[in-house]
Amino acid sequence: MANHPDAAAAKTGDLKLSSLTKSFGDFLAVDDLDLVIPKGSFFALLGPSGCGKTTTLRMIAGLEEPTSGKIYLGDTDLTDTKSYRRPVNTVFQNYALFPHLTIFENVAFGLRRRGIKDVKEAVEKVLALVELAHLRDRKPTQLSGGQQQRIAVARAIVNRPALLLLDEPLGALDLKLRRQMQIELKWIQTEVGITFVHVTHDQEEAMTMADTIAVMNEGRIEQLGSPADLYENPKTAFVANFLGQSNFIKGTLESTSGADQFVNLQGTRIAIPAARNSSTHKSLLVGIRPEKFRIHNVGDSTTGNKLEGGIVTDISFVGVSTQYQVEMPWKQELMIFEQNDGGAPNLRKGDAVTLSWEPHFTFALDGDEDVTSGLSGADAE
Amino acid sequence: MTRWLSKNLIRIYAALAFIYLFIPVAYTMAFSFNDSGKRNLIWQGFTFKNWLNPCGAPEVCTALGNSIKIGFLATLFATVLGTMIAFALGRYSFRGRSATNLLIFLPMATPEIVLGASLLAMFLNLGINPGFWTTVIAHVMFCISFVVVTVKARIASLDPKLEEAARDLYATEWQTFRRVTLPLVAPGIAAAALLAFSLSFDDFIITNFNSGTVNTFPKFVWVSSARGVPAQANVIGSAMFLIALAIVISAQIYSSAKARRLQKKH
Repeated sequence: MANHPDAAAAKTGDLKLSSLTKSFGDFLAVDDLDLVIPKGSFFALLGPSGCGKTTTLRMIAGLEEPTSGKIYLGDTDLTDTKSYRRPVNTVFQNYALFPHLTIFENVAFGLRRRGIKDVKEAVEKVLALVELAHLRDRKPTQLSGGQQQRIAVARAIVNRPALLLLDEPLGALDLKLRRQMQIELKWIQTEVGITFVHVTHDQEEAMTMADTIAVMNEGRIEQLGSPADLYENPKTAFVANFLGQSNFIKGTLESTSGADQFVNLQGTRIAIPAARNSSTHKSLLVGIRPEKFRIHNVGDSTTGNKLEGGIVTDISFVGVSTQYQVEMPWKQELMIFEQNDGGAPNLRKGDAVTLSWEPHFTFALDGDEDVTSGLSGADAE
Repeated sequence: MTRWLSKNLIRIYAALAFIYLFIPVAYTMAFSFNDSGKRNLIWQGFTFKNWLNPCGAPEVCTALGNSIKIGFLATLFATVLGTMIAFALGRYSFRGRSATNLLIFLPMATPEIVLGASLLAMFLNLGINPGFWTTVIAHVMFCISFVVVTVKARIASLDPKLEEAARDLYATEWQTFRRVTLPLVAPGIAAAALLAFSLSFDDFIITNFNSGTVNTFPKFVWVSSARGVPAQANVIGSAMFLIALAIVISAQIYSSAKARRLQKKH
């Protein structure tokens, strides 16, 4: 690295995107994006296809020119720097390994271009890290998908970039391999300590690997936070739907007393923590995740919030849990997941039930949020 | 019997097709061994005489030498220019691109006889005497289209992500071209060059108009056919065929040996 004037160690620090905008003709792909990605973090840009996440990544890599806005790494302005002068490397979606070069030469490519003569040690070390040293003389087409993926990572991190960009890196792998690579990538990130920016449409992948997730939709960031924070306390219906499943029930805010708020939920008074209400209006959309509900026979004692008058309309057993569909008196179907640990009563279709849940598992959104927002995106992938 | 026929019909068909394709070649080869004297039309007896003295007939090797020289020069210029055009058309969008795409096809669609006559008219109007260099210019002209088409197809099959990956890995524009683009397009360029050479070497019509007194191999065969093609022409024709065959076979052997070697390491 010392031989290269541009990838010098001085150019590290947090990645800052400032009012970053990219339009293709009339289409606004990335809309006035402001974002700070702390040095050394594993950061995910999560969103459905067409949300602008890949365009954002390509602008950071220098493969796409922003329409306006700035990109900083530490104190250095990278906006007008050519891609080959940025201390940034990318793991491409379909790996983009050079088919005419051996695995060794693929990995050595970046080092050689920076004028480093003795590449052997560095290349062998990184091949050992991804456990593929024995394949050094092969050509990329002779490798399996998982092996190609690891070589793509090795080819990037051997350069010790300040920033590693991963563009849907696991999209082409089957489920089992994807799980394994998720763990491996996370381990590599901890090992090399480089900032990883990971673009994906797979919420599970983002939640497994990233410290911080930015959920993107239509060129903007909907919400930014830790995986648990986004899941437990979504601020929009899009985020709630894109990360997992939710039941949304319309309600009206009745009163606030200290840290608690009371909501009229289709005729029943329930409590929610005021901190988990992101709306300023009286009309609310109350969200409860399916696994937070508890299901009871009518008349059983319950704690927390309670909704009565449910009728079981469907039951499906899925191994670790049972999924119930319950129709409420206001003709809405709710989804309830119960662990198969003996906690739930034996129920059949048509049984009358009562639902309960703890107030702190409730979140509330603006009443005019579109409850279907983010559903199609998550389902399409 | 019908079962046997239906099982083997495709093989019989293939055999017949190959016989049809190769009878002329076989004829050429067989008659290169004909102890013919002047007229090589009737089988007179077997001899190695023609093969031992391929330049035996007057002018034949001068004509061959000219054809090879013209072929190399035309291939060189057509390949370099055609490859550059192919990159421009395949990689960049600019005003007039689709028009250029169309125009580049025109020489292929125009009858050679018309091209040849028009070129001659042009050279004469410009006061240039037809000869070696006018032939080279004419050959470059009709070879370029074929080079462009061949190389462009290869460029179209190239994943642009590979060039992005190179730039991402600290390669400048020139290094990206030199280290990634060019090696990957090279097979297409080589195929285009071989095609250009064989088109140039083979050309008679345009050459006949524009070469003046310079003799080429096709011209020699044409002129001598009036009084009987010497067997040396058959020798040279057969040799060309065998050289081409040898190149193809050795390329096949090389690539399959390489594949096997890599397989072994598996």
